[in-house]
Amino acid sequence: MGFPLLTLTAVVPAAGAVLTAAVPAARRTAAKWLALLVSLATLALAVLVAVRFEPGGARYQLTESHWWIKDFGVRYALGVDGIGVALIVLTALLVPFVIAAGWHDADPLETASKRWRPTQGFFALILAVEAMVIISFEATDVFLFYIFFEAMLIPMYFLIGGFGDRAHSGSDENAAAQRSYAAVKFLLYNLVGGLIMLAAVIGLYVVAGNFSLVEIADARAAGKLDMATNTERLLFLGFFFAFAVKAPLWPLHTWLPNAMGEATAPVAVLITAVVDKVGTFAMLRFCLGLFPEASKWATPVILVLALISIVYGALLAVGQRDIKRLVAYASISHFGFIVLGIFAMTSQGQSGATLYMVNHGLSTAALMLVAGFLISRRGSRLIADYGGVQKVAPVLAGTFLIGGLATLSLPGLAPFVSEFLVLVGTFARYPVVGIVATFGIVLAALYTLVLYQRTMTGPVKEEVSGMPDLRLRELLVVAPLIVLLIGLGVYPKPLTEIVNPAVEHTLSDVKQKDPAPEVEAAK
Amino acid sequence: MENLIALLVAAPLLGAAVLLCGGRRLDKTGHWLGTLLAAVSFGIGAVLFADMLGKGAEDRALHQKLFSWIPVEGFQADVAFQLDQLSMTFVLLISGVGTLIHLYSVGYMEHDERRRRFFGYLNLFLAAMLLLVLADNYLLLYVGWEGVGLASYLLIGFWQHKPSAATAAKKAFLVNRVGDMGLSIAIMLMFTTFGTFAFGPVLSSVGETSEGTLTAIGLMLLLAACGKSAQVPLQSWLGDAMEGPTPVSALIHAATMVTAGVYLIVRSGAIFNASPDAQLVVAIVGAVTLLFGAIVGCAKDDIKKALAGSTMSQIGYMVLAAGLGPIGYAFAIMHLVTHGFFKAGLFLGAGSVMHAMNDEVDMRKYGGLRRYMPVTFATFGLGYLAIIGFPGLSGFWSKDKIIEAAFAKGGTEGWILGGVALLGAAITAFYMTRVMLMTFFGEKRWQPAPDADTAPSAEPAAEHRAGELPHPHESPKTMTIPMIVLAFGSVFAGGLFSLNESFVKWLEPVTSFEHGHPPIGAAAVTGATVVALIAGVGIAYAMYGRRPVPVVAPRGSVLTRAARRDLLQDDFNHVVLVRGGEHLTRSLVYVDHSLVDGVVNGTAASVGGLSGRLRKLQNGYARSYAVSMFGGTAVLIAATLLMRGV
Amino acid sequence: MNPVNYLYLAALLFTIGAAGVLIRRNAIVLFMCVELMLNACNLAFVTFSRMHGNLDGQIIAFFTMVVAAAEVVVGLAIIVSLFRTRHSASVDDASLMKL
Repeated sequence: MGFPLLTLTAVVPAAGAVLTAAVPAARRTAAKWLALLVSLATLALAVLVAVRFEPGGARYQLTESHWWIKDFGVRYALGVDGIGVALIVLTALLVPFVIAAGWHDADPLETASKRWRPTQGFFALILAVEAMVIISFEATDVFLFYIFFEAMLIPMYFLIGGFGDRAHSGSDENAAAQRSYAAVKFLLYNLVGGLIMLAAVIGLYVVAGNFSLVEIADARAAGKLDMATNTERLLFLGFFFAFAVKAPLWPLHTWLPNAMGEATAPVAVLITAVVDKVGTFAMLRFCLGLFPEASKWATPVILVLALISIVYGALLAVGQRDIKRLVAYASISHFGFIVLGIFAMTSQGQSGATLYMVNHGLSTAALMLVAGFLISRRGSRLIADYGGVQKVAPVLAGTFLIGGLATLSLPGLAPFVSEFLVLVGTFARYPVVGIVATFGIVLAALYTLVLYQRTMTGPVKEEVSGMPDLRLRELLVVAPLIVLLIGLGVYPKPLTEIVNPAVEHTLSDVKQKDPAPEVEAAK
Repeated sequence: MENLIALLVAAPLLGAAVLLCGGRRLDKTGHWLGTLLAAVSFGIGAVLFADMLGKGAEDRALHQKLFSWIPVEGFQADVAFQLDQLSMTFVLLISGVGTLIHLYSVGYMEHDERRRRFFGYLNLFLAAMLLLVLADNYLLLYVGWEGVGLASYLLIGFWQHKPSAATAAKKAFLVNRVGDMGLSIAIMLMFTTFGTFAFGPVLSSVGETSEGTLTAIGLMLLLAACGKSAQVPLQSWLGDAMEGPTPVSALIHAATMVTAGVYLIVRSGAIFNASPDAQLVVAIVGAVTLLFGAIVGCAKDDIKKALAGSTMSQIGYMVLAAGLGPIGYAFAIMHLVTHGFFKAGLFLGAGSVMHAMNDEVDMRKYGGLRRYMPVTFATFGLGYLAIIGFPGLSGFWSKDKIIEAAFAKGGTEGWILGGVALLGAAITAFYMTRVMLMTFFGEKRWQPAPDADTAPSAEPAAEHRAGELPHPHESPKTMTIPMIVLAFGSVFAGGLFSLNESFVKWLEPVTSFEHGHPPIGAAAVTGATVVALIAGVGIAYAMYGRRPVPVVAPRGSVLTRAARRDLLQDDFNHVVLVRGGEHLTRSLVYVDHSLVDGVVNGTAASVGGLSGRLRKLQNGYARSYAVSMFGGTAVLIAATLLMRGV
Repeated sequence: MNPVNYLYLAALLFTIGAAGVLIRRNAIVLFMCVELMLNACNLAFVTFSRMHGNLDGQIIAFFTMVVAAAEVVVGLAIIVSLFRTRHSASVDDASLMKL
């Protein structure tokens, strides 16, 4: 059993959350530093996990297992495969940036502070989300996973509803109403998904008699556990629905633009880059692992939904007037790619999808955080209120452009690698789907460049003429992200090495082989 | 030796990184650093070239693998370079012309406060372009392919404060992305067909798959080439791209980047050879563009846009040649190189003229400049003679060979393609003579400089003196030296290449070569070309040399008006794509809000309504609650008894 | 005596109590009616204990008494404070605790 490293990666941010919340209101700055230090410590632990993980070793490593509710076969069971490691590191990596970028987002309002803004609460909630997300990536017990999958809604709800974006076109009351609308919408969508999943979790227990991912999957592979075709399909749908809401997949996506629009930019990053990844991750681990046959059965429909997400999300992004909602729709398009890669069921597609999760986290974080800096300067989220920023704040514009180029998957930046792998992997099995998805790359260029053109170029608008360039803190947030985007774009090998074996395992779960090339070319 | 290849790319890449991240400290020296690193790249290229000449023709190709890029099961993409004769030609052209244009830009951009960044972008472009031609597989080529697109985007939009420049940059990137889609699909097809996309294995095993697959791959590659090389139907961005600074137009949109499509087709020659259908489409696209660009070039009054039309047309020649198969590949590349010299020279000349004329671009407001700018006139004149194919100069050797090869294609196709190429030669002579006469000869038609704000082209290279007539003067040395060097190339390169067929023999191991035999004999074709040339020049002289040129453009015929608007391509795009797209996105936003969201909100509203009714039961009277409790208990007991009774 | 008769008595007492709860308005009376119902239940429990010959019913009766005592304490306190503020012991006047 050894040292409980995985538990520690979740306990540290959880304890940090409690401690941060306990800091008295007068010592606000101390709370911020505490949260930052805790998140950095978590990052160190996550890196340690990645170092200790042996890509060529067993499927699940660093495992821990204790009985929790023995009568119901519920275990506190943790373990990571390569996909989990990649996402844990991503989460632990992004949270310090989220905290640093949101350094002043929860400060008390200077003017007529009607509302109490508990600064410590903001950072404590972020750490709580981090802890729950990390444990979701580690859980190998379905029940344990379910608990944290649902529990992370609570801190997210308060983050969205309690700490909205100060830049709002309407009045204060109007802003508050929209904010609570967004928060409730987020909660309801995800709760409904979660409840349906709960039914499926119970159903799984009835059929299988325990909750252990490994045991059930092994039993299924060995043919010891037979499920009636319909049972398997229903259970699959129950799980998939919850993950599709979280991911989000068309037509269950409409909570995301509201939530990302109303939340502060760092929280928006937390939603799309971290929390939503649990959905796509769980599709890979639970849907494919537990219900291989049903996954294959549902593939055509899911591929179509993913394609619709890609094209529809991109088209809607083109039509948005609000910077943050634009990024949200772009994310919907990207999640379409991730789902496509997962259900193409080829090694390129699934490796691509996993890399996509990581790279999308980085690229969206870069774009969204810079957008947040921009919005906080001008106090407006509307694209039309900007123009010519490039002239007054060239560094801000430059980083924004790089974030945008990453979003449109420019070769040389990390997202290109993953997007191309997804496309190739999909094309190998479903050529038509692959070709339609390729239209996404043109549309991505359209919405990104239109956004850049309207905000950054052209004559300098009067309102932006005094806009200061990026400050040191902001630059420190963005620069590492850009370095990572370039680094993983040029040399993604460290990541693929960790991910590849896990993908092979997943593919063997669903008993799929890559389509062989038509000609075995002379090597 | 092969370890030097990576340095070719690394030197300008380093320059880009240093210049873009270096901050204002480098404002004073940055441009020289950029130029130096471009020159370093050229120097390494020259060393490698010398080394290559020392070896036998068959083992000249060098290979360098840096590292494994995307190692995923069944998918091996390496960062690896391949330097063969074809790549070598491009390396020398790119780094050579690139260095000259860096040098030119030192003078041209002298007054621009963002000069350091301009050189950073130029270096980025060089790195990406060298990567494109050195890559040993299609995926790495794709990286360079989009990299040059990015550099082009940044440089077209260099004066971002002008909305027209920003729009042109965006348009260029978007149209190129459509082409990139073709390249992506081609790579995916290669992967599913051959299991790899490295040049060697793919090109050597084309024989093992069906012609249909190869045609599909070929057409997708052609789509990519159309986007990058501004061929019909994806040509519309090139004219707008002239919003960029003139050195950019010379380097990227004339000499190097736009010829990447030709490189792609010639590099993939084996695929096209095995698919005659795809090859024929290539030739047709080239022939159509050749005429299209030439017609557009005849109508433009903007000197840069006239030259852009000419670029389109000349690349049409190259694509046509590439579509002829082994009889044309070598000549496509040869024309590409000579075109690189004379067109870059012409653009630099145009930039020099604009520099002298308060950044005026309208040729109707030039006139009589030959006396004021002798060096520019001489170099521009030599470039002009080269492009129209004046016997003995570079353009003559390469273009004449292409026309011969087109006739040699044989059959009806051969006659049509050859005829079009010949007609194109006549039109080329016409519009280039028009440019020459309107700019350097005739009356002075100079106009006072407009206000800086309303200037048609906001090239801030020279100070604007609003309301004053221009004072044309010769440009500084940094600008004239590159023009002179390029003029030498325009004059002698073609002849040198044709001497003893040296260029064809040099490329033969890579591109394969067959002698084409036109049905009417090579001498007859050459004669016809010269006749077409004389006809074109003659008509232009009659129209623009003998008669005064009006300052305000006459309304012109229907064709002229259409050609001024790029043969209505933009209008078509606007109506079909832009308007249609706007309607689509707007209605989708509406649908998302009212339908997708509406269903959910409707459910929420109906639940709310129901609970509003149920709420009335909760009236606060303790006794009514008691009634419901007792009533409920009674019902339960009754039900239990009844069930038991049954 | 037949123990069933005690059950009849318990049922009667319970019904009287229930009717009182439903009909009367005065909180004190209502309260007494609730006590009556509880005691009717106690009677039934004790009777059942006797009929089945084990002690379970009696034990539950004790529990009920404890709960009833606690309820009286809390309930009376509420009623007194209500009376202080509203000068009325009618339960219908205290209908503000609703959504």
